[in-house]
Amino acid sequence: MRKITIDPMTRIEGHLKIEVVLDEKDIIVDARSSGVLYRGIELILKGRDPRDAARLTQRVCGVCPVPHGTASAFSLDAAFGISDKIPDNGRILRNLILGSEYVHNHILHFYHLSSLDYVDMAKASEYKENDFDRLKQFIQRGYLAPFVPRYEGDYRLRDEDNKALALHYLHALEMRRKAHEMLSLFGGRTPIQAGIVAGGVTCEPTTDKIVSFLWRVNELRDFIVNAYLPDVERIARAYSDCFEIGVGCKRLLSFGFFDLDGSEPDYQKRKRLMKQGSTDNSLVYKQLDVSRISESVRHSWYTDDGMPNVEKEGAYSFIKSPRYDGSAHEVGPLARILISYAYGDENVKEELDGVLQRLSVGIEAMFSLMGRHIARAVEAKLIADALAEWVLKLKPGEPAYIPYEMPSEAEGVGLVDAPRGCLGHWIGIQNGLIANYSIISPTTWNASPKDDSENHGPIEQALIGTKVRDPENPFEVVRVVRSFDPCLACAVHMFGSHGRKLGEAKLIA
Amino acid sequence: MERTVEIPVVWLQGATCTGCSISVLNSVRPSIANVLLDELAPGKHINLRFHMTLMAGSGEPIIELLSETREAFPKSYLLVMEGAIPTADRGLYCMVGERGGKPIPLMEHAYELARDAMAVVALGTCASFGGIPAGRPNPTGAMSIPEFMRMRNVETPAIRVPGCPPNPDWFIGTCAYIMLHGLPKPQELDELGRMKLFYGKLIHDNCPRRGYFDTGRMAHRFGQDGCLYELGCKGYLTFSDCPLRKWNGGINWCIDNGHPCIGCCEPGFPDLMSPLYERFFEERLPHLTIDEVSGKLRFTNPAQ
Repeated sequence: MRKITIDPMTRIEGHLKIEVVLDEKDIIVDARSSGVLYRGIELILKGRDPRDAARLTQRVCGVCPVPHGTASAFSLDAAFGISDKIPDNGRILRNLILGSEYVHNHILHFYHLSSLDYVDMAKASEYKENDFDRLKQFIQRGYLAPFVPRYEGDYRLRDEDNKALALHYLHALEMRRKAHEMLSLFGGRTPIQAGIVAGGVTCEPTTDKIVSFLWRVNELRDFIVNAYLPDVERIARAYSDCFEIGVGCKRLLSFGFFDLDGSEPDYQKRKRLMKQGSTDNSLVYKQLDVSRISESVRHSWYTDDGMPNVEKEGAYSFIKSPRYDGSAHEVGPLARILISYAYGDENVKEELDGVLQRLSVGIEAMFSLMGRHIARAVEAKLIADALAEWVLKLKPGEPAYIPYEMPSEAEGVGLVDAPRGCLGHWIGIQNGLIANYSIISPTTWNASPKDDSENHGPIEQALIGTKVRDPENPFEVVRVVRSFDPCLACAVHMFGSHGRKLGEAKLIA
Repeated sequence: MERTVEIPVVWLQGATCTGCSISVLNSVRPSIANVLLDELAPGKHINLRFHMTLMAGSGEPIIELLSETREAFPKSYLLVMEGAIPTADRGLYCMVGERGGKPIPLMEHAYELARDAMAVVALGTCASFGGIPAGRPNPTGAMSIPEFMRMRNVETPAIRVPGCPPNPDWFIGTCAYIMLHGLPKPQELDELGRMKLFYGKLIHDNCPRRGYFDTGRMAHRFGQDGCLYELGCKGYLTFSDCPLRKWNGGINWCIDNGHPCIGCCEPGFPDLMSPLYERFFEERLPHLTIDEVSGKLRFTNPAQ
């Protein structure tokens, strides 16, 4: 038996520690995922003006602030009784702002957070093409940070593929930035946009911005089709073993997102581009019912009433353990794509089947480390395509915001899917102020520790059973963990007290 | 040709949302690829030795990199601190890496790295003033890096680059200034240690909606023309060049998007700026003062 501790786990958002125990054949027999930063945002929100939550909760995560702003605005819309009254311009602008965030996030994750586990940047010094001059100059100066230190050994791409990915790493830095510039057209600025508020969006669409958005999204679509998707396939071919590891819990959950219609007040039933629901490896679609969510703190540094306690026996994380129907569920692009696939969404089927066919693997191969990368890339394309359609449906001159009366007592829930998965905000208002605020966020699901029944969280399950070929350079571990795109600033949040069912909170006002 | 001078940079993340890092990635000219690979100023290259969101390596080897940097480049590396420092409960609310099997509190890294650095750049409002983690009731005893350094008697110079998040130009401009001219002279900094170059002007004085304010035309709901004062705008309390520089390559900024300024560059963010969508009561203005120790805006007479 031997233990590997990876602390800090880098190229993710935030502070994550991963520990794995290997048996004598170097197969992982136990795994621990620990969130090691606690800020207590929910405590800080208490007693403030409810509307402030749509701004302050964006600071839960600076990599994906828009979903928090959106979920928060949804919970306020619900609490104020206007969730079904947001003008169409407001609904579409919210989709465009959050959709731009998705495009930024997926490009960032694949190229800048993940690809260095597969691409050998140092090899650029051997390449003769002019395109590599700048990288060569950098390497010749002899200071290779931040690309070194790194794990050594398992870089398997053929030269032509390694070249493409090394150049696209740099190109993607620009494309990611451009996705953010597109976001700020209607979001004001980014990261941490200033557009989405309770009642809609603060700006009104104008024709110049609509055209500018369209040209920007078309440039990004071009990059996704001609670089991102082919690059994922390049890695999938060279690292075909990545279809066999990182399988995970095979239970998937999505709150869905991109409202196609705003007239249904219940977010669980609203018509969305990516479907809300659950499925597993049978790929039978099931409707979403958030009253089935429960939460455990048995192995988390909290008392049963939710206050932090760093001395707690048996605890190893600031993350709690949310469960759906009592079991661990994976959330994120893989969940969304396969849930929409199981639902029978034609666009999803066509895109995904196309990629799987080119790679000569079946749908079951999606339950893997590589499946997550494929799902993310396919989703980036589907969302960027939809953005180009939606922006033309904006109506200049019509409002994007509806005024409201703020009640002194109310409750509201906002459900969306963030790039990394299911995100819910629950707000309770008393005397016109926030009495309680709860957030359940994507990485809380994925990076959760063991629950009351000692069942591991999804990342832990995905690690257990994996063979580590070189324990000095545990590529398999970091590849599996990063395929989930963990976001730890999001993950560490308080939901409710021990074992509380979400069904107790009102879903719509 | 003369050899390029490498400026070692350690970028430490504490109680942060990583928004400051993402904002810096959005730099247009120079681009982030320029910053990482090329000479930021002629003959000078940033050697970004530690940045948890970008660096290839993980785990123990990169924790060793921190002490290696302190030993190899004493008083000649730059510490970029992103996020606040949680100090309650022995600093256990933020841990980075292990030493001898025991987790290391972030505050111990911050102390050692700040002590041995040439200068500290407090990036963002959390690192500059405490920000949201230090918002009432401050559950983790979060404090800004200058406040933490004063508590631990670290005398390294610190420059504040606040903003939630800061504009990438403010950070890269500050770094470029240090590379070209050395540390900013006192007359180039305001009383809070921010570069006047970026934080020297009140948003209100350069606001495109200023004309509305002067003629008393107020917006009373989002989407309306008019000054956003009644909707809670804090532009008349907030120092930054947002109205002139704008955001994301000059495309837009909060007030142009019809959203009031929430004062995210100021020591009073978020507590003093809340409620964000209510107008600030002018009668409190004479009671505002700057706390010498914490750098925070405080009421002198909160009872009134």
